[in-house]
Amino acid sequence: MNLDQLRQLRAYLWTFPRQPGEKRAEVLLYGTAPLLGSMDDKVLEQIAQVASLPGLVGAALTMPDAHWGYGFPIGGVAAFDAEQGGVISAGGVGFDISCGIRFLRSNLDLGDATSRFGQLANTLFQAIPAGVGEEGHIKLNPAQLDQLLQEGAYWAVKHGYGNTADLEYIEERGRVAGAMPDHVSELAKKRQRGEMGTLGSGNHYLEVQVVDRIHDAAAAAAFGLHEGQIVISIHCGSRGLGHQIGTDYLVMLAKAAGRVGIRVPSRELACAPIKSPEGQQYIGAMNAAINCALANRQILTHLTRIACAKVYPHAEFETLFDVSHNTCKVEMHEIDGNPRLLHVHRKGATRALGPGNAMLPERYRAVGQPVVIGGSMGTGSYVLAGASGNAAFDSASHGAGRAMSRNKALARWNGRELVDDLAHQGILIRTRSLRGVAEEAPGAYKDVDLVAEVTEQAGLARRVAFLRPKVCVKG
Amino acid sequence: MRTQSSGYFEHDADVGIIGRGGTVEQAFEAAAEAMFGIVTDLDTVRPSIAVTIEFEETDPEFALISWLNLLLGRGRELGVVFSRFHLRRDGDRWRAEVSGEKWRAGLERGVEVKGATLTMLSVKQTGPIWEARCIVDV
Repeated sequence: MNLDQLRQLRAYLWTFPRQPGEKRAEVLLYGTAPLLGSMDDKVLEQIAQVASLPGLVGAALTMPDAHWGYGFPIGGVAAFDAEQGGVISAGGVGFDISCGIRFLRSNLDLGDATSRFGQLANTLFQAIPAGVGEEGHIKLNPAQLDQLLQEGAYWAVKHGYGNTADLEYIEERGRVAGAMPDHVSELAKKRQRGEMGTLGSGNHYLEVQVVDRIHDAAAAAAFGLHEGQIVISIHCGSRGLGHQIGTDYLVMLAKAAGRVGIRVPSRELACAPIKSPEGQQYIGAMNAAINCALANRQILTHLTRIACAKVYPHAEFETLFDVSHNTCKVEMHEIDGNPRLLHVHRKGATRALGPGNAMLPERYRAVGQPVVIGGSMGTGSYVLAGASGNAAFDSASHGAGRAMSRNKALARWNGRELVDDLAHQGILIRTRSLRGVAEEAPGAYKDVDLVAEVTEQAGLARRVAFLRPKVCVKG
Repeated sequence: MRTQSSGYFEHDADVGIIGRGGTVEQAFEAAAEAMFGIVTDLDTVRPSIAVTIEFEETDPEFALISWLNLLLGRGRELGVVFSRFHLRRDGDRWRAEVSGEKWRAGLERGVEVKGATLTMLSVKQTGPIWEARCIVDV
């Protein structure tokens, strides 16, 4: 990104000034000159287009890990007011609706676990359906699937996948309201038939990690984390159902925009007024997909526990938190001193509620919401806590963010060699796709340390702990 | 000379696909080959299962998105990876015979394509060549 186009407002915050006569809201970008400079100019183009949408409240924002996406940039945040003609955008949520991370803490320490990491890697790889073409073992009939789409992780727990204690630590307590399975197409439901309890592919993973470093002792204590502790991150989303809903509504909303008189600068922004029939249908379907994702991660949590118990019979894995990063949620935010109900799009951005927020579980209320910045399989990830005074609609970074395209990564790295190199570093990879490993090479991602540091210094979330990967089942 | 070809273009997080051909139908077929080429090695896929896909669409760009997403949807519904594509157009009506096989050991596992997006979407004719392109989400 050419920084000459931007103006720095303060440390870690930049704006993209409007040209005379340009009709759009403000664009704000969180980051440093090196981070922003490494981003494609398309990020700026996309977020400026978002800023031109009707009913936007405040500014259109990008997080420090932003990169070029489709519709919204990945790492894009935008809030809309339904009462002011605000819109809902399928391109602002993405195909992998409610993709996110389930984060588990254990009572295992590195010293107890290390000698059996090889066995653990193989057992997890057998237990977790991962990669393109892999199906899950749970087959639901249409009535069961509709019930799941209404009940989310609660449905999964009710059917024996995990326990009620998990629900307390999932956003929306595991079940988002407003799901409308009737607005989910038959093809979307058919696509999901074999996909409950599957990880998917691409950047999805199940990773066993060790807490390598504590940054914030008080928050770590609240989260139940200590150095040397084994934890697990499960990164996946709403699978085929969410993908098909994204597909169905991207085209439907793109066509609807013209019909209802919304002028969008690009078809990829596909949106409709929140209060329009099309908008309401998409919101109902999207909420069903969110519940699908929450149930999917709950089922994977259960499968993970069973696999781990075969290797470590006395180990316990508790849900620390489950957070999504491709959503649009209805939230109350204070704007110019007044509370307003907003539809907050987070496309590749994590909600990061600050200390004292009533939506947080009691255990975390004093320190803020757990936030996970997932890094590459070779570097590590961060756990953070939502910061007080977050001015980005309580949002933060969600990952390291790609620094290189998949094609370039594929040309530069060999999957087999990467797996071997990582094994020499003590990181065991299990995958059905060596090509996928090459595309997801650690060198293809931005510096996760820098993204986490800037996220903290920008006032979005505070670093709590750094996690080093030990075993990774790659999708 | 064979005018039909598929290829890729750069995108940070996802993949840009290109299909070219002497007709818009051929360009769409080539785009489908590019998309499923991300999923597996198409040369190793046996065309043992045939499926008919039909849709109506006036706008050529929306038609490309509909075509690609229907292929993904039906493929995932049936557990089949497609490798051969034969598309015909009659006005707004599009009809295709496509074939492939169910996932089996021995098929290369590439990366799952979630959907074809409206980003960098274009369908255009330059001289005798039609070109169809868009970003697919992986």
